[in-house]
Amino acid sequence: MESYRKNIRVFLAFFGPTAGWLVLFFFVPLAIIWIYSFGENSSLTTIKTTWTLDNYKRLFEPEIIGLFWRSVWLSVVSTAICIVMAYPIAMVIATASRKAKPWLLLVIILPFWTNLLIRTYALLNILGTRGRLNDLLHWFWNMGHGALELVGLGSLLGEQFEPIVFLGTPGGVMIGLVYVYLPFAVLPIYSSLERLDRNYLEASLDLGASQWHTFRKILLPLSISGINTAAIITFIPLLGSFLIPNLLGRGQVDMIANVIERQFKSANDWPFGSALSLFLLYITFIILAIQSFAAMRKRNQENG
Amino acid sequence: MPKPSISIRRRRFLQGAAAVGMSFSLPKRSAAASGKVNFYNWDTYIGETTLEDFTKATGIEVQYDLFADNDELFAKLRNGNPGYDLIVPSNDYVERMISADMLVPLDHSKIPNMKNLDPAFLDPAHDPGRKYTVPYMWGTIGIGYRKSKVKSTPDSWAALYQSDEYANHIALLGEAQTVMQMALKLMGKSLNDWTDENIAAAEAMIIAQKKNITAFAPDNGQDLLLAGEVDLAQEWNGDIQQAMDEDDDISYSVPKEGTLIWEDALAIPKGGPNPDGAHELINYLLDAEVGAKIADFIYYATPNAAARKLLGPEYNENPVIFPSQETLEKSEISIYPGQEIISKIDAAWTRIKAAG
Repeated sequence: MESYRKNIRVFLAFFGPTAGWLVLFFFVPLAIIWIYSFGENSSLTTIKTTWTLDNYKRLFEPEIIGLFWRSVWLSVVSTAICIVMAYPIAMVIATASRKAKPWLLLVIILPFWTNLLIRTYALLNILGTRGRLNDLLHWFWNMGHGALELVGLGSLLGEQFEPIVFLGTPGGVMIGLVYVYLPFAVLPIYSSLERLDRNYLEASLDLGASQWHTFRKILLPLSISGINTAAIITFIPLLGSFLIPNLLGRGQVDMIANVIERQFKSANDWPFGSALSLFLLYITFIILAIQSFAAMRKRNQENG
Repeated sequence: MPKPSISIRRRRFLQGAAAVGMSFSLPKRSAAASGKVNFYNWDTYIGETTLEDFTKATGIEVQYDLFADNDELFAKLRNGNPGYDLIVPSNDYVERMISADMLVPLDHSKIPNMKNLDPAFLDPAHDPGRKYTVPYMWGTIGIGYRKSKVKSTPDSWAALYQSDEYANHIALLGEAQTVMQMALKLMGKSLNDWTDENIAAAEAMIIAQKKNITAFAPDNGQDLLLAGEVDLAQEWNGDIQQAMDEDDDISYSVPKEGTLIWEDALAIPKGGPNPDGAHELINYLLDAEVGAKIADFIYYATPNAAARKLLGPEYNENPVIFPSQETLEKSEISIYPGQEIISKIDAAWTRIKAAG
């Protein structure tokens, strides 16, 4: 692995373009946004860098805190649902036969082959008040209502079918978020279960531990790193999600990214928008720092 | 201010797209040399063959690009013109662009067809003396509604802003300024009267009504109306006209408190490669026959008096396109309030979004 020091030219030839790309299209724009975040609108189209902290102070206005809070709890709950749903899926794939495994993985990855925008529009069609899901519920309602009427309990389900409103509610947005980010949670959990030594499980069961006990004391601790990774890589994009709340939230369930977008468009307040974007970035850094700190402590403990 | 639509249902959109053969690439800097004009317009906002006819008549090619809203247009141009020759901002953005020195003054001698315009449009507050722009189309905001679902015509903004009669079947627009302006109209105020008290009152009104509102629809109120998701939608008249073409059960009313009158104007942004060609295209679009063809196709109100003379009562007496004189008198055109007010409106909007 040390050979790149010897073949410095080859190394540069491969690494140079990537590094250049990263600097030009990531670090430079980020630096510009960082500078903007200390600026003020000096006219309609120009920003003066005055190194003011006003944009950061505005982050603590109650409505911004409120929207941040909504973003955080929607993301935390969606992440939790993703992990709870992903774990059994990952277990099924990890324990599937050699032949079935690639097919099951394909099913998980398949949604990525369709553009997110199109998938979200499909969800709009499914979740609408007149959508497919409510059509299905209506059909069930009719069946149930008919059956109950036969036994004289016709009023039990109400006089009329009331469609469930998904769109424009936090619940509807959460369905969309879980749908989109579930695969992100399945894959890391799957890979940690895949690597796990099955002998531990057999030993536990042979020695008389119940299934539940084996799960809690053996399986879960051994796959905790996968769960951690899954939590991080779903939570971070969830926190910044824009498209799902924008379309499924119908303007009623805005998250923080929707506020950021507005600053760059109708509010024409790029400095504040920059401060908001960077705040999101800082939160991400803090989460990652906490995670690696926790991992480090755990390693130290294990090493004694 | 036609709102674009991703809906594939639109007959007009499909015809328009096929006829114009749109190109979405960025305009090239070398356009002037090849006699090309880069025209940046709204979606579904030109006649079926207008641009082809222009090329045939003048030999100037048109590179046609589309934008979705004024904010997008403004954001693209604010850090320098990427190469557009002709743009179509709405009235308050015309003001913003003039004050930011982004527009080229028009050479009226190159636009003889300005004589075709209705004189009422020649000296508006947003561009006195038409120094920078010529009007292209105008219209109103009103209530699109499903006839079979309402007891009587919803003729007041209160149906959207204060009543729970249509609870959970209401769509408002998604733009902070416009939605708050209609609340001001309902309160009997001028929609340009942005005092702190008025902003606070409008904010409180919308927050109180929020539970009854299905959607703040960014640009698809008419689609929600067509899908039956809402029964009342605050929308631009042209969008509801298009929905009415598809569904006989849909109608449009302009509330009695008055409404916002918008105007989209043709303007030449600074730094474009071919201002001469842009002048030529403006003049062509103001031609009576060309203007009539466009208006007849997109069904927006044209300020071109000569063009209107060529069109029949189906267009000229259409209440969706041309509101009554009485309504017009109570309606206003929006004036750009300045960045400070815009920030206040946005803060109120954020509070509205955070509530509930």
